[in-house]
Amino acid sequence: MENIDWAEIGQATLDTLAMLGGSMVLTILLGLPLGVILFLTGKGQMLQNRLANGALSLLVNVLRSVPFVILLIVMIPLTVALVGTSLGVAGAIPPLVVGAAPFFARLVETALREVDKGVIEASFAMGAKRRQVVLGALLPEALPGLVAAATVTAVALVSYTAMAGVVGAGGLGDLAIRFGYQRFQTDVMIVTVVLLLVLVQVLQMIGDAVVRRVSHK
Amino acid sequence: MIAFEAVSKTYAALSEKGGGHAALSGVSLSVKAGEVFGVIGASGAGKSTLIRLINGLETPTGGRVVVDGDDVAALGVEGLRALRRRVGMIFQHFNLLSGKTVAQNVAFPLKLAGRPAAEVKARTAELLERVGLSAHAGKFPAQLSGGQKQRVGIARALATGPKILLCDEATSALDPETTEQILELVSGLNRELGLTIVLITHEMDVVRRVCDRVAVLEGGRLVEEGSVEDVFLHPASGTARRFVQEAEGEISVAPGVGGRLVRLTFKGEATYKPVLGEVARATGVDYSILGGRIHRLRETPYGQLTLALTGGDVAAAIAQFQAAGVRVDDLGGESV
Repeated sequence: MENIDWAEIGQATLDTLAMLGGSMVLTILLGLPLGVILFLTGKGQMLQNRLANGALSLLVNVLRSVPFVILLIVMIPLTVALVGTSLGVAGAIPPLVVGAAPFFARLVETALREVDKGVIEASFAMGAKRRQVVLGALLPEALPGLVAAATVTAVALVSYTAMAGVVGAGGLGDLAIRFGYQRFQTDVMIVTVVLLLVLVQVLQMIGDAVVRRVSHK
Repeated sequence: MIAFEAVSKTYAALSEKGGGHAALSGVSLSVKAGEVFGVIGASGAGKSTLIRLINGLETPTGGRVVVDGDDVAALGVEGLRALRRRVGMIFQHFNLLSGKTVAQNVAFPLKLAGRPAAEVKARTAELLERVGLSAHAGKFPAQLSGGQKQRVGIARALATGPKILLCDEATSALDPETTEQILELVSGLNRELGLTIVLITHEMDVVRRVCDRVAVLEGGRLVEEGSVEDVFLHPASGTARRFVQEAEGEISVAPGVGGRLVRLTFKGEATYKPVLGEVARATGVDYSILGGRIHRLRETPYGQLTLALTGGDVAAAIAQFQAAGVRVDDLGGESV
């Protein structure tokens, strides 16, 4: 373990957590409304709109089909325009969000489809407005599914942050590539991979615990 | 209170080649204030569409539905929401919010209506008391039995103080004993709060127990309508006859039995009188009982017997039965 600089690994871990936290918050802020709109404009739903649904669906599919490594590079001009740099934690967040939000939106749409239609109908029968149905019945009823979707997205983001190391984002993935791979420092590689594995494990455990907590089925 | 005027509902075709599917065609009926009105039909007969037209969950493609003086289709968004607060609805699968507690479920319509918190709390407690669930206020629906879930559904439907209660196959997912309890509760609401109740069902037994009047639907058309007594004892349509037979077991007439076949219908007090024996003694007519049923329509006892009458003065016997308040239907057979 002679190559390991614990201070550097500590910093890289913090960078990874910062990228993960920042991009997760923005992914939810963008992806949740997108998923809700995808669901509501779908066939047989309360805002059924073939055109809007088709356009959004196409956008989501296009973004999801671009390999993340390519997205990182293609996004560079936009990233610079948005946050002033394409490097470091700040430079990594825009491509992370653009990569993860469509993915999360699809998972949100799926979670909303699982909600019992009878509950939605009953809410309307009670005199609810559409907004009240969405906020008071649809989203709360889908909560366990939404938390599970967020967990899957967070885990996907961990591997995205590792890839973002390729374009100089910093973090554990960057360390693994620069030292572990390019300098053949296997010990650094192992430590970073173990840390990423622990991170994923912890995220999944937290997610599962929250799902159990909010699920009353 | 509720009037259907030549109402039709046609669903747009699902595929390009098929024509639209008519769920209801030309249905006219009226429900009076304070009565329990049953709609019976097989699955696919249009009951579900019919009940949803009342609170605007469905809109008619022809005709008008008038509820409490308002043409449902002509109401704006706000008007429709106001109507829905005056029309409660309960469902076959309860449709409770699984993530909310019993109390939160009952409070939901009040919160939707923007009532102040203190009122919501007091009203919720009062409603839970009425349906006997005060002890379960903090539980989630998944922790309740089917009957308890439907009680929550009823409390929730009553929250905004409706005049009309719609029951969408409300007891179809419940066992017989629980069905009995829920029907008892619904009957009580009709008596005590004067609620007008429309219930749809595929079980004649439910109609027999709680309804004043009943409409029979088949293939989207109204085939029979009348008091439960009339439809139950003297069903005119094949559909109504089938439902009655399902509920009661068929009245079987043994083939080859001699004598004049008659069906006697006793209602109310006449059910308990020894009419048969009296008439037989007075007219010298002998009778053999070929089939029969004795039951209750809501609170009214009734009996229906199919007899073969032989010997004596059959015409006089029939006249005496009628004089005693017994309806006699001549089913034919050998004449006197």
